[in-house]
Amino acid sequence: MNLDFGTEYDEFREEVRAFCKQHTGIQITGSLYQYEAISDSEKDQHLTMPVKEWQKTLIKHGYFARHIPSEYGGYGGQLDIVKDVIINDEFAKAKIPLGTGGQGIDFLVPTLLEMGTEEQKQRYIKAALDLDEIWCQGYSEPNAGSDLASLQTKGVLDGDEWVINGQKIWTSTAKFAHMMFCLVRTEPDAPKHQGISYLLIPMDTPGIEIRPLVDMTLEAGFNEVFFTDVRIPADNIVGDRGQGWLVANKTLVHERGSLGDPNKMVSRLNKLVDLMKNESIDGERIIDKPIFRDRLMKTQGKVLALKAHGLRLLSSQLNKGQDVTLGRMIVKLYGTEMRYELESLAIDVMGELGTLYENSPHLRDAGSWQYAYMYYLGLIIGGGTSQIQKNIISERGLGLPKEPKYKEA
Amino acid sequence: MYFGLSEEQEFFQETISKFLEDTSTIEAIRSFARGDNPNFPEKIHTGLLELGINGLIIPEEYGGLGQDLLSAVAISESLGAGVATSPFIGSYIMAPYAIMKMGSKPQKDKYLQGIANGNIKFGVGLTEFVASREGAQIEIKSGRANGRALFVFDANKATHFLLSDVSGQLFIIDVKTKGLEIIELTTVDKTSSFVELVIKDIEIDLLDQESNDQNNTQEIVDLGRLMIAADSLGAAQVMINKSVSYSKERKQFGRVIGSFQAVKHMCAEMTANIEPCYSLIWYAAHCMDHIPNESNLMSSHSKAHVSEVASSIAKTATEVHGGMGFTDDLGLHYWFKRIGMNRQLLGGVDTVREEAANVQDF
Repeated sequence: MNLDFGTEYDEFREEVRAFCKQHTGIQITGSLYQYEAISDSEKDQHLTMPVKEWQKTLIKHGYFARHIPSEYGGYGGQLDIVKDVIINDEFAKAKIPLGTGGQGIDFLVPTLLEMGTEEQKQRYIKAALDLDEIWCQGYSEPNAGSDLASLQTKGVLDGDEWVINGQKIWTSTAKFAHMMFCLVRTEPDAPKHQGISYLLIPMDTPGIEIRPLVDMTLEAGFNEVFFTDVRIPADNIVGDRGQGWLVANKTLVHERGSLGDPNKMVSRLNKLVDLMKNESIDGERIIDKPIFRDRLMKTQGKVLALKAHGLRLLSSQLNKGQDVTLGRMIVKLYGTEMRYELESLAIDVMGELGTLYENSPHLRDAGSWQYAYMYYLGLIIGGGTSQIQKNIISERGLGLPKEPKYKEA
Repeated sequence: MYFGLSEEQEFFQETISKFLEDTSTIEAIRSFARGDNPNFPEKIHTGLLELGINGLIIPEEYGGLGQDLLSAVAISESLGAGVATSPFIGSYIMAPYAIMKMGSKPQKDKYLQGIANGNIKFGVGLTEFVASREGAQIEIKSGRANGRALFVFDANKATHFLLSDVSGQLFIIDVKTKGLEIIELTTVDKTSSFVELVIKDIEIDLLDQESNDQNNTQEIVDLGRLMIAADSLGAAQVMINKSVSYSKERKQFGRVIGSFQAVKHMCAEMTANIEPCYSLIWYAAHCMDHIPNESNLMSSHSKAHVSEVASSIAKTATEVHGGMGFTDDLGLHYWFKRIGMNRQLLGGVDTVREEAANVQDF
């Protein structure tokens, strides 16, 4: 056990610190995504920068898109996870915003780097990194959720164009996206996993209709996207025809690995402690009540276990041969369920006040607890439900057999 | 940066597991539990002494191996996995650690060397320091002790006992001293042994350093809790492994039960819950060695959280085995009971969580 990164990183850490210091208090304007309600209490307005400019600044210094080759608009640095950790650490300590990710940057870019043509890399990666082109993901359909491979949106090659008909759902960011990476059934006669292609669709193509989908938080965080005779160039395909499932699985791996950051959970737990110190019933602080105190301690135990687990996962990335396969498989399940439990404790702490929402009088923390309580239920479901995660853990992790196919009577 | 057990630590674990697999078979454990095999624990103990568990954390100058506490939790995990009927946590971790911390030079010379060469073996009784029940406690007056201690563990064949008085000062008594009565306690867990000590005007050997105070005794309790948590972790992992194997073999409705999602998901949930426990325990051990300001909280949470997870695994794993899980023939209950015992030892989950909240000044 050795939790030091070694003195060779001291210089890099100093460099990141200096950058953070220089940008203390920076506020980013025109932010594209707002996943969580954020309280303004700590905001300092004296330095602002448009989001695109900030993104370019970060890439130039190697604090974003660090490992993406410079010919595609990245920084072109060597893959070094420790440096990534240091950047995250120092930015968090200094309360400086990190670069803006999103489905295009987090999922499409790695996929293109691995499986895209040279032309596709040139055309799409830099534009995505610089936020000049926003991407959305077109995977789920009304009848293809957990069983994603049964998707039915149809693509037919007509001359040098794909003609697409069908419907996608749960498409966050579709409203302002320029492009969609989309799974489409192009080989209707092939077995279901081999009949899918991974297509790149410009969102301004005629025949695309976007309808906002209001979720239980009452925000239109998602959309439905309808395709009617949508025509796109034949070479807007990543990988070969029928290889889409393979290509998509690479991005799904990226998606599942990216959920449930333990450090965010620790800072959320600290906020919960503050809440419990501030709230009281009949003049007695909640945190002094043994039953609430015990629930807090149960939650803290889990959060600290997950935090330590983050170190173990990091270690397995740095040390070839350290096998934490099961430990990695459980992160999405454990992290999202855990976070939901934490948020629900906060609501119980507030009692009736915990149900207040929007702009109500007596609202606490800008309504963030109730919002996150619902949001994390969404994350338990999205990106592979907890039940699908359990199938993955038991089948791929523990080697239990797959459920036999259901036969219609 | 490396977070985890070293190759040497894993190798030590494997050596112990191999020894227990060969020697501490379920048949042997069962016959001992039924009273037919009274020398069994000593046989296991002797075998483990040959592997060096007694000198594990004792510095080399006293004849030990000088290993860190991460090695100690690794070994504890293996002993829990094999439901070993051997002293370890009290005799070879808590007692030597307390003497290393709070003993005088002559005390270190005598006891540490004695433990390392196999001539001295401690039982440990700190239950009353955590929570006194049945009015048990020990008072020291003019170098002599009076009182009672419950749930003294690793007491079988002990030559000495490490105990705490009401003020939290640690002292040692020799088992041969007149005035000491040892009463065996029978618990559900036949793989570990517990006694009650009745102490009447016995001369004591007080750990000599000024540091012998409540804070440091708490550290010994923290260490014990962490080791107990590791023991439960090992036991719980075996219960998962047995469940997974069983559900790949057992057939009902014409298919192996492991192909039913109801069973699969039980196995997946147990796995999801146990994986972060390794990280928590290893990190807590690392804190005891290197990050002292975090170690009290980490060991409290290790004890409470891992006990909760292990108890739930004990129940779930038994259910995966169905009716067989309930039988002595299969013997799964030895692990179930070991986990149940560990859960209460040196502070149950609720007590430990209450302490954890208190130390954080909420």
